[in-house]
Amino acid sequence: MIDIGLGHYLTLGAVIFSIGVIGIFLNRKNIIVILMSIELILLAVNINLVAFSIYLGDLAGQVFTLFILTVAAAEAAIGLAIIVVYFRNSGTIRVEEIDRLKG
Amino acid sequence: MIAHAIFFYTFSIIAVVSAIMVTASKNTVHSVFFLILDFISISCLFIMIGAEFLGMIMLIVYVGAVAVLFLFVVMMLNVAQQKNQWFAGQATSKHIPVGLIISTLIFFEIIIVIGGWKYKPEIFDINNSPANTSVSNTHSLGQILYTDYIHVFQISGMILLVAMIGAIVLTFRQRSGLKRQSYIKQISRERAEGVEVLEVQSNKGVKIDD
Repeated sequence: MIDIGLGHYLTLGAVIFSIGVIGIFLNRKNIIVILMSIELILLAVNINLVAFSIYLGDLAGQVFTLFILTVAAAEAAIGLAIIVVYFRNSGTIRVEEIDRLKG
Repeated sequence: MIAHAIFFYTFSIIAVVSAIMVTASKNTVHSVFFLILDFISISCLFIMIGAEFLGMIMLIVYVGAVAVLFLFVVMMLNVAQQKNQWFAGQATSKHIPVGLIISTLIFFEIIIVIGGWKYKPEIFDINNSPANTSVSNTHSLGQILYTDYIHVFQISGMILLVAMIGAIVLTFRQRSGLKRQSYIKQISRERAEGVEVLEVQSNKGVKIDD
């Protein structure tokens, strides 16, 4: 309990990952919160990679964390741009009102 | 060792609680603020276990750029007033058990994987880029980032460029009826169409508007 090891960090990553998944499923308001949940999931993956990298003494994990950070930033920019365009076109970004693909 | 444990539990409890608040808070602006708090506490954890460079990059990229981007979009779209009815309506309650089941399944799967690693630690004995302990974290990261991973590094730069162009193209809007400067018109203007020399007769003046 007191001796903090790799398992503690991996458990923290698992908890944050699950919270992100819950956020995607239970979200009923606007779609921005879904994007934030995706950021949480990527953050959990980063925690796992960094923890393994430190405890195995292998730097590859930290390099890949850097790349995940890049992809997360690009994804946030593109996703928010799409949301802005959608809001301009249809006037709402509530999740339950985005049902154009239902037919 | 005890200080390590205290700091770990403090930061991880802050991170987990703020992650819950990101998904559960009624106001979107509050969600963004809790996301910022989450990123800050996780970057403190990174700095604590020795990945200083990533912790600092996390602060700069997430707190400085991504979270501010989220805040800007929330402000622009005026969604802060759209209150969240979390447990109201049939459409919501249908999704709650499914979401809970799937996320607990994912959680226990990850825990099983962690447990398996704990009982068979020799399963990962491949060490591709061993950490150089004589120099700092940033130094050793740079030493392999610009040599072994240079192609991946350049591809990530291309990803950022594509994301930038994509975001600009998506949100760019050509408005009609806007007065704009036209360089071609300005440069191609000749003396003949700009100036007219008139012979002014006395006591008559020149008629300007016609």
